[in-house]
Amino acid sequence: MTDTPQRSRPLRVLAAMSGGVDSAVAAARAAEAGHDVTGVHLALSANPQSFRTGARGCCTIEDSRDARRAADVIGIPFYVWDLAERFREDVVEDFVAEYEAGRTPNPCLRCNEKIKFAALLDKALALGFDAVCTGHYAQVVTLADGSRELHRASDMAKDQSYVLGVLDERQLAHALFPLGDTLTTKDEIRAEAERRGLAVAKKPDSHDICFIADGDTRGFLADRLGRAEGDIVDESGAVVGSHEGAYGFTIGQRKGLRIGTPAADGKPRYVLDISPVDNTVTVGPAASLDVGALTAVRPRWCGGAPIAPGTYTAQLRAHGGETEVHAALVDGTLEVTFTEPVRGVAPGQAIVLYDGTRVVGSATIATTVRAATADV
Amino acid sequence: MAYLDHAATTPMLPEAVEALTAHLGTTGNASSLHASGRGARRTVEESRETLAEALGARPSEIVLTSGGTEADNLAVKGLYWSRRDADPARVRVLSSPVEHHAVLDAVDWLGEHEGATVEYLPVDRHGRVHPEALREAIARNPDDVALATVMWANNEIGTILPVRELADVAAEFGVPLHADAVQAFGQVPVDFAASGLAAMTVSAHKVGGPYGIGALLLGREHTPVPVLHGGGQERHVRSGTLDVPAVASFAVAGRLAAERRDRFAHEIGALRDSLVTAVRTAVPDAILGGDPVHRLPANAHFTFPGCEGDSLLLLLDAQGIECSTGSACTAGVAQPSHVLLATGTDPDLARGTLRFSLGHTSTQADVEAVAKAIGPAVERARAAGLS
Repeated sequence: MTDTPQRSRPLRVLAAMSGGVDSAVAAARAAEAGHDVTGVHLALSANPQSFRTGARGCCTIEDSRDARRAADVIGIPFYVWDLAERFREDVVEDFVAEYEAGRTPNPCLRCNEKIKFAALLDKALALGFDAVCTGHYAQVVTLADGSRELHRASDMAKDQSYVLGVLDERQLAHALFPLGDTLTTKDEIRAEAERRGLAVAKKPDSHDICFIADGDTRGFLADRLGRAEGDIVDESGAVVGSHEGAYGFTIGQRKGLRIGTPAADGKPRYVLDISPVDNTVTVGPAASLDVGALTAVRPRWCGGAPIAPGTYTAQLRAHGGETEVHAALVDGTLEVTFTEPVRGVAPGQAIVLYDGTRVVGSATIATTVRAATADV
Repeated sequence: MAYLDHAATTPMLPEAVEALTAHLGTTGNASSLHASGRGARRTVEESRETLAEALGARPSEIVLTSGGTEADNLAVKGLYWSRRDADPARVRVLSSPVEHHAVLDAVDWLGEHEGATVEYLPVDRHGRVHPEALREAIARNPDDVALATVMWANNEIGTILPVRELADVAAEFGVPLHADAVQAFGQVPVDFAASGLAAMTVSAHKVGGPYGIGALLLGREHTPVPVLHGGGQERHVRSGTLDVPAVASFAVAGRLAAERRDRFAHEIGALRDSLVTAVRTAVPDAILGGDPVHRLPANAHFTFPGCEGDSLLLLLDAQGIECSTGSACTAGVAQPSHVLLATGTDPDLARGTLRFSLGHTSTQADVEAVAKAIGPAVERARAAGLS
């Protein structure tokens, strides 16, 4: 590890500013480091005139104003770019289609891959910028030979490398994450924002999916996919309840199943499988959620060559822990075996592989193999 | 730095700054009867007389407002209400699709909330309303027209509209015509009496005066229903304590704008022409917007095919050239200009616009800066494409 872009020559940097505290501080740090920074807020709502109200999420008028205010305080030019059409096509429609197919997508990864470090980055490069800067907690490390590696943030508790695991080397070469290399708690970031006179210092964090304002994912999907009543069955195939759309469920989900008959052993039941073909949701005991292996498709590598078979650590969701795996690339498909079974793995989710703190790459989970039954 | 956004706001004239600051330290409500009040009132009334002279109006025809937007709202809503009060059949409002949003949105609001039937007159590809179009619209039923409102000069593409001829047509039918003259004042001869208009909007900060002050020129036979009710100032049409320093400063700027107009138009027109030539030389396929003949001398509006106006703005801004895409934005998101769409411009093409507007501080160096920067900027913006 030698230096990071943060410490090298001054760059022309386009800072993506959501209106939140992290991206504002990131832009401020980039400017302070001597880079020539321009702020940009991405308008991602299809209809700017009916921007949702409320301060959470990334596409409200309020967020746009907060971002502009921050840019003014930092003293950098600021623009709003309308990427709503690209966002709808590449993120929202994909999100709906994935759920419709019985999978559980992560739209934030998708947005980083297709919007922030594709549509936005391409436009930035065309306009003469060198890099896109965001408030993600992750580190880009430049090696002696000039190649780039993505690493976890110094502060593991804040690390967001999982949602960046889709970036390839070219995208990494133009990424700047000024928050990634400092051991900074969120309180300290807020204190830094306060010290810099940024009014977003006290703004609440956003956690939800930015295009689902009220957090009601099932309602959002129901509006787009309509109601499709079907059966909830147990592992033997016996009907134990009904649902209004298989897309409304996630593997591992326990709440909201509304099953009339209790399980024979009286223990809680979880969603084990979602089958869009026959519109059936299968439920069963927690033990049946244990997954021993999986296959994942559409691998993307955060460095040069695809991995050799070997032992890695894996992360399966944005705020999930690490687990040890053996992984091998076979005919373009990633085959993964868990050292210890893991619970609640859903097709559609991303698996991100790490070698120590280094992000090796990511892939989209296609099939899972139960540890208990060894059956898909 | 090259400031080429004078149509957004132009630097205050030193004389106007002096008038403003000179009055800031003086106490007095122009409605008070005591000496301080009398002093303030004298300042206001002398300023009103100055403005009247600059605008070819009687002093009593100057209704001071907080600016162009308020004057437009007062004219459009106030005249609609008073004309409809006098005859409930008068619910039709005639306007043009190239108006500033202060008129456009007020007119639309009447349609949505006050039962108005809004009719947009056709414009040609340069954004001009033809008097015959107004005649046809009124003649269809002269009795149901509440008012007509058509701008004197367009703020985006700089086209000058035939206000005098339009006013003649309106007068034939006894229909009051309002014109937003915010961009026209100081660039073309603006004579309220000669125009035949019932009402006309002007704004101080576009002619070197301060922000937050403007006027509705209002023929004495017209009494619009107030938008702001209160103490009864300004002919009971616009209540509110007058901003004496701003009024004094507006008068100075307005007088100078009228006095210097002829020479200003000549000189700035020549500078504008050299800017147009420079842009066309650097970018041969740039399209000059607006009417080729009937246009404001300080306006140069271009469409650059294949470019996002916002991208050009960013690239020029980074080189210290300040201009505008010319179109309104919603939450900062650039929308294709309603003016360009109304003139039949392709929506994709309409996204690639830039408006350079010159003013009293513009120099040949500003033109040279644009000449140097515009070619590479367009090349870059084209590579970035339309998102």
